[in-house]
Amino acid sequence: MSYTESHGAPKPPSMRTPLGRVRNLGAAHSGTSDFWRQRITGVAMTLLMIPVVVIVMMLLGRNQAGAAQILGSLPIAVILLLFIFASAWHMKIGMQVVIEDYVHNEKLKLTAIMLNNFFSIAVALASTYAILKLSSGV
Amino acid sequence: MVEFALPKNSKISGGKTWPKPAGATEVREFKVYRWNPDDGKNPSVDTYYVDTNDCGPMVLDGLIWIKNHIDPSLTFRRSCREGVCGSCAMNIDGQNTLACTRSMHDVKDGAVKINPLPHQPVVKDLVPDLTNFYAQYASIEPWLKTTSPTPQKEWRQSHEDREKLDGLYECILCACCSTSCPSYWWNSERYLGPAALLQANRWVSDSRDEATGERLDNLEDPFRLYRCHTIMNCAKACPKGLNPAEAIAELKLKMVERQI
Repeated sequence: MSYTESHGAPKPPSMRTPLGRVRNLGAAHSGTSDFWRQRITGVAMTLLMIPVVVIVMMLLGRNQAGAAQILGSLPIAVILLLFIFASAWHMKIGMQVVIEDYVHNEKLKLTAIMLNNFFSIAVALASTYAILKLSSGV
Repeated sequence: MVEFALPKNSKISGGKTWPKPAGATEVREFKVYRWNPDDGKNPSVDTYYVDTNDCGPMVLDGLIWIKNHIDPSLTFRRSCREGVCGSCAMNIDGQNTLACTRSMHDVKDGAVKINPLPHQPVVKDLVPDLTNFYAQYASIEPWLKTTSPTPQKEWRQSHEDREKLDGLYECILCACCSTSCPSYWWNSERYLGPAALLQANRWVSDSRDEATGERLDNLEDPFRLYRCHTIMNCAKACPKGLNPAEAIAELKLKMVERQI
């Protein structure tokens, strides 16, 4: 019974054996790093969430000078930078997983993964720049 | 992109309602998926009425009764009729399970609705094409691999190490878990699926095996292993009460363990 004979999932005819198709290009020998980093950044965000919420509440209603004064404190700036770093990395890995799950067109998938990387890095750098600028009082 | 709708030729249309058996005092309605590769028609759902006083209590008993008394063309796999062979895996009342161990009385509301295992090509009626599923099982090389000289008697194993295989060796490869997994639906060409990964962990966990690292190497892949997102449908579906999601989590843990 070939795939093309069945009605369920039409596939292009292939004379490759089923085992050959499953083995395909072999294992990528990667994925564990992303898996582990997703856990690390997840735990980091959980720990940082309460301090970040407190800092955001402290910033509410203040003008730029007031915000710069609060962010001038080293621990506060470090907490916010860590949160940005962890969340941008977590976002990048999470979005890549979603793309790999649902986008099956290879060209579209590569483009989407590339754009995801660019977007995550841009968001992380822009946020970092804003925090550094305010905390240095410029 | 992933296709969320059925292909045109898989859309279910109409279906025949077979007459109730004459003289039956208690009948149970069965709605069964039908598809014949030879007639060029779309699949349909036929309605049958089973005389429950004339057949056993299981869904498989009902199907066999239909085949013997109403419609001999109804096609399904079955063999052991006691949950050991895994042949009669199908989707009953929305749940992948074995027809031989699911009582028709456990299906509470209305008709007993029976479909083939989801997201697999259909050979005929309730028979799915599991070629890819079996090839994935073969790809994890499910046999003992050793390089040490073969002992005079058996390869020895402590009781503690043997216990590590409990919850793994019982898998009968019925495919209920893999075909219930959305991640497997979207990426069955590249994701090995819960059944093959549970079996992979069975060999990775075997103290007698000497190819553990090589086995993990072959699994370390964003698609083969890491498509598992712990959805847990596999554990819910398994008719043997196993937990493939836990087995996959153990594999991931071993992957991290050997790097840190």
